[in-house]
Amino acid sequence: MKSKKAELLVGVFVVLTIAAGLMLALNVANNSMSGSDDTYTLYAKFDNIGGLKVRSAVKVGGVTVGRVDNISLGSTDFTPIVTMSILSEFDQFPETSSVSILTSGLLGEQYIGFQPGFAMEGIESLGQGDYIEDTKSALVLEDLIGQFLFSSNDG
Amino acid sequence: MNWLINLGASTLNRLEMFGRATLMLFGAVVAKPQPLKLIPLTIKQIHVVGVQSLLIIVVSGLFIGMVMSLQGYTILVSYGAEGSLGPMVALSLLRELGPVVTALLFAGRAGSALTAEIGLMKATEQLSSLEMMAVDPLRRVIAPRLWAGIISMPMLALIFSAVGILGGHLVGVDWLGVDSGSYWSIMQATVDWNKDVVNGIIKSIVFAFVITWIATFKGYDSIPTSEGISKATTETVVFSSLAVLGLDFILTALMFGIE
Repeated sequence: MKSKKAELLVGVFVVLTIAAGLMLALNVANNSMSGSDDTYTLYAKFDNIGGLKVRSAVKVGGVTVGRVDNISLGSTDFTPIVTMSILSEFDQFPETSSVSILTSGLLGEQYIGFQPGFAMEGIESLGQGDYIEDTKSALVLEDLIGQFLFSSNDG
Repeated sequence: MNWLINLGASTLNRLEMFGRATLMLFGAVVAKPQPLKLIPLTIKQIHVVGVQSLLIIVVSGLFIGMVMSLQGYTILVSYGAEGSLGPMVALSLLRELGPVVTALLFAGRAGSALTAEIGLMKATEQLSSLEMMAVDPLRRVIAPRLWAGIISMPMLALIFSAVGILGGHLVGVDWLGVDSGSYWSIMQATVDWNKDVVNGIIKSIVFAFVITWIATFKGYDSIPTSEGISKATTETVVFSSLAVLGLDFILTALMFGIE
């Protein structure tokens, strides 16, 4: 009888652990974008990516549609190439879309703001492996201050 | 000249101890496993080692989560960033405090008990009697305790983190008035399952292995007198705490150090 009680308590222990693990999985951790979903890949060339990191969000009007997969440097022109994986459910973006690197809040993380372009006759939608031509680089604070000093010296 | 002799002797002693510890580990775990006999014994030991440590783990997890929430709030609120309370509590619990504090408590609560129990078995010649009856004490006594420790400590660490996050919610949201939605949603946006939760679990598995190994070996290797057992018990707590803290730095550097 004593051993049965021990087994019962161990069973309770296991159930508690599973409950804790489930709570961590469902309530605490973010695993909705951990690669199991269907995605397609887009590329964009920037002059300067600022503080963008791998796994930064790609947002359309504040809604996260994908993540930055990889950041590399082009082998011939030495400009950064950002690889983004976009959820397949958002596969209707027109070719004329533009991307820019934005900052959430004053001190927040940098993310890619995706601006869908006009969809017209004769303009195809972006698909796997396409390059987005229209890009705006990150604002670098030092450059801004430099420009400000330069222009105030003029006046 | 004498100090050289002493240095050599103590080095040899250490190495011999490591050798005996490894032999014990292999004899208990690797050599001819008998799952049918092992599993019931292990379940009984999980009850002793894991279930009976639940109370101290839950209570300390709750209070550590509450204290962190309170401390974090007073700092974050001066930057108007109290929405980041959730990720702060969750990340520090999952990455560091969950595995480490559970390991330290586990070493004090269960490790010392393991050492004392096995040491006393040795002192009262129960281990020798088992051998007389052709029962291998490594497999009958040591192996179930080793497995029980390695299995139950990561479970305790998970429960610790979950309870701590709930404790942080209790203080941060219910008492100090942080918005409940932002507590959970910013936490969800920040905490990553693979990077944070799984790495925390890997940490606690490593700690569990080290602590139970030290505890069972210190008991098995103790000098079978009352003084020897008390020394072995102390050494278990001291060595395993130091090993946990040292290993924690190495593991953290490997997991989170290089982006």
